[in-house]
Amino acid sequence: MSSASQTIRPMEGESQAASFPPLGARRMLVIGGMALILAGMLFGDIFAVFVLHQNAAQINARLLAATQAVAARDAAGIAAAFQDTGGFLENRGTKVDAHAHMIAFGYIALLLALLQPRVALAEETKKRLAALFLFGSTLLPVCVFLIHYVGLAGSPFSAIGWASVFADLGGFLVMVAAAGELAGLWRYWRGPKKNGAGDDLLAHAAGPARALLCGGTLLILAGFLHGAYYAGFHLYANEAMDQSLITTMAMSAASGQPADTAQALGDYAQLQGAKAVNIAAHAHIIEFGILAILVALFQPYVFLSERWRKTWAAVLLLGSLILPVFVLLELRLGIVAGGIADVGGLLVVIALAGMLTGIVRYTGRLDAAQEVAS
Amino acid sequence: MSGARKLLIASGLALALGGMGYGLYYAVFIEHQTLDRLGSSLGSGFALAGGRDLPGARAALADFAAASYVYVRQVDAHGHWIGLSMLLILFGAVFHLVSFSDGVKIRLSVGLVLGAIVFPLGVLLETANRGWGPKLLAILGSAILTLALLCVAVGFAIARPEGPPVERGRS
Repeated sequence: MSSASQTIRPMEGESQAASFPPLGARRMLVIGGMALILAGMLFGDIFAVFVLHQNAAQINARLLAATQAVAARDAAGIAAAFQDTGGFLENRGTKVDAHAHMIAFGYIALLLALLQPRVALAEETKKRLAALFLFGSTLLPVCVFLIHYVGLAGSPFSAIGWASVFADLGGFLVMVAAAGELAGLWRYWRGPKKNGAGDDLLAHAAGPARALLCGGTLLILAGFLHGAYYAGFHLYANEAMDQSLITTMAMSAASGQPADTAQALGDYAQLQGAKAVNIAAHAHIIEFGILAILVALFQPYVFLSERWRKTWAAVLLLGSLILPVFVLLELRLGIVAGGIADVGGLLVVIALAGMLTGIVRYTGRLDAAQEVAS
Repeated sequence: MSGARKLLIASGLALALGGMGYGLYYAVFIEHQTLDRLGSSLGSGFALAGGRDLPGARAALADFAAASYVYVRQVDAHGHWIGLSMLLILFGAVFHLVSFSDGVKIRLSVGLVLGAIVFPLGVLLETANRGWGPKLLAILGSAILTLALLCVAVGFAIARPEGPPVERGRS
């Protein structure tokens, strides 16, 4: 990453220093947004490796227990098995929610960063709104993650624990910050015309930025095609099979046909796996496409040589393709494909970390230049 | 700002509001009842099977499947509307970088907006009517979206060497 000053093509000049001031709202949102996305992806990778499959196995074990309880006419056993299943579903659901919200808030932070020149508020107010947004965006996923572990401990409510309360508070703070940004946008649009007040960040895209724009759109397109294929050829069949297998489980267990029950349980686990990998592949490839388009817009702030900016763009696009493709292949290739998919996710994380490093270097260069000038 | 960009951003914001409004209505008035129905019908199905009431168990499990069919589509429509609204807003921010004429860009933006509205609407209507009408609507919407996305990708790829004209200020 050396010799950056010779070949870099980041934004130059005082106008850019003005649009990206130290601890300014845009800088906070860009760095905070990318950090949120990075944290969310790392968490997702850890969740996929250490929790996801183990959790699915536990849910299948409880379904087996439920069918055994049906065979034994054990009503309490049936209820207990489904109660346990609810706990495992909560464990998985809260982790998926934490992962998804952290990344989604990161995307919104980057979008808000783009909009900052059109938010007609004092810089101090914009900084407070940015800080509030980032605080709420961190609080919500962290507390959603804690819901499963904190439960109802010490809570004055019958069904809502403290973790849920603080997660809701995080969501509320995000809403307040978003409303503030909206008010600023409204003031901008209602205010007097400012000719020439364009934002150079959106002015042009070349090299890695254009590759990311084009690659991101193609990733989204691939996600759409896959979603359309799945909906057209598998969705309805899978739904019918889902009902058939659950019915077979219950009926065969009640009729004393353990072999049929075992077969239905195995097929049901396979079916759930097939549905999960298809949904995960569809969602991830589209999310990565949106991410690629978003980071394309911030390439002028990435203070690295052209070669490194191209490298990180290529690594991001490669990882964005590897993860969903190998998630899909998990059903055929098993754990090997799962491992490769995790490596794909890691590539995206590394590329994002590389770009974030470039942005942090850019801020340091701007600040140093300003100090020298003053 | 060009007409295509205005259309994409305004439609994206409207769709986001509509999708969130539907989500709020759904969460308050429908979701919990649906989740209760899902949980109770599945539990009842197994409990009735345990008590050897097989017709009752079958009916309960069929109810579970019906509730699940509706739940999946309601959540899908909500999620796709909001996801597509974000895509429209994002494209609105960068549509000047698509290397086509203004006329083509307007047509593309109309296609994106139309597809973003119609595709989830078709999915949602499947909860009321399991016939071909809603399915065809969903297929039509997704086909329009797919075609428009392909054109946008091509538009991003074939950059003019000097770059497209910079849009400055407000119009």
